[in-house]
Amino acid sequence: MYSWMLRVNTVLTLSVTVLALLCAVASMADNLHWHTPSVELEVVNVGPLERLRNGDDRVTLSLNIKADLESVFTWNTKQLFVFVAAEYWNPEEGFNQISLWDTIIEKKENAKINTQVKSKLLRRSTRIGYFTYPFQGKDLKGRDFNLTMYWNVMPVTGVFTTDKVVVPGFQLPQSYN
Amino acid sequence: MGAYGDLVASIKATNFRHVALQTISLGMIVTSALIIWKGLMCFTGSESPVVVVLSGSMEPGFRRGDILFLHMGKAPIRAGEIVVFHVDGRDIPIVHRVIKVHENIEKGDYEVLTKGDNNTGDDRLLYAANQLWLQRQHIMGRAVGFLPYVGWVTIIMTEKPYIKVGFCCFLLLPFQLKNIFISPSLNFKSFHDTRVRVVEPDPWWAWAHASILFFLWN
Repeated sequence: MYSWMLRVNTVLTLSVTVLALLCAVASMADNLHWHTPSVELEVVNVGPLERLRNGDDRVTLSLNIKADLESVFTWNTKQLFVFVAAEYWNPEEGFNQISLWDTIIEKKENAKINTQVKSKLLRRSTRIGYFTYPFQGKDLKGRDFNLTMYWNVMPVTGVFTTDKVVVPGFQLPQSYN
Repeated sequence: MGAYGDLVASIKATNFRHVALQTISLGMIVTSALIIWKGLMCFTGSESPVVVVLSGSMEPGFRRGDILFLHMGKAPIRAGEIVVFHVDGRDIPIVHRVIKVHENIEKGDYEVLTKGDNNTGDDRLLYAANQLWLQRQHIMGRAVGFLPYVGWVTIIMTEKPYIKVGFCCFLLLPFQLKNIFISPSLNFKSFHDTRVRVVEPDPWWAWAHASILFFLWN
């Protein structure tokens, strides 16, 4: 009854049970956290419209992205995946979402964002650490779209949550120079 | 001669009912682990509700050896969600994030484009030839929960099969046999009790074995 194998087994099982319980408590405690983020998104310039070979249009957007996401961090937050997506509705097809810019914030100190980006080609900026993507889709002239900033909270352990701030009311111009 | 004689005597003295009880109890624990697994498959709607991250394409968020809990659900997939998908022709599923979504109302379906957080290009290189988008049938589930480091047990067992074999031959089996054959007869000898002693399996011990078998099987 007191063999070392049994002892090792019992210790291992107990530690696994305790760890699992701690993870569950940590994850549930996250639900009690209130956050007050502030987000400002504006389109500074809409660049030239290119017609691509597959029939899609591609537009270069210059965006001004400001956000303060410090309050979203808790002790159970490993990183925030923040991205800005353009969303528009197409009468023929339906809902479309295109990510224009994304970044990863690992520390609370870096949670203030203030950048100007050009969403042109899929590019990675190694200095500041973000990606930009082209705004590409079918028939983009005169299209109304929303810019939404999403942040995906990736926890140290537990459940993923996503939250967003929608800034509606942008429109691509009908004609381009 | 003495030890061998003892062993033979204890094997002869083994109560068939006792052996059957031990075997059935262990079998029931293993089957209930299987029931929980299959039940999770039904509940989450995903063919593999728990996956282990194998590559570093989602760093720093997911490292090799982390575990993800998946859930399929009927809600459409939206940008920013982390999905696990199969590509035709590859047997290992991939965990990446959705960056583009476009819906098709008349078909009632949607298409997505994915990209790993740490990759410099989108996943079109990983898709099958001439495939530009992922459809719903390729997606196994979206990640809803996360546990770090636990998946290393599965990675070690899969990639170093001698550890798996060694564990089975040198630890599990002898421990099982010892429990079935030797310890109950020792108990039986030390008490002057002619009633049959039924030894209940220690439930924590059995659960530990069941979880090890689960990792081996996976």
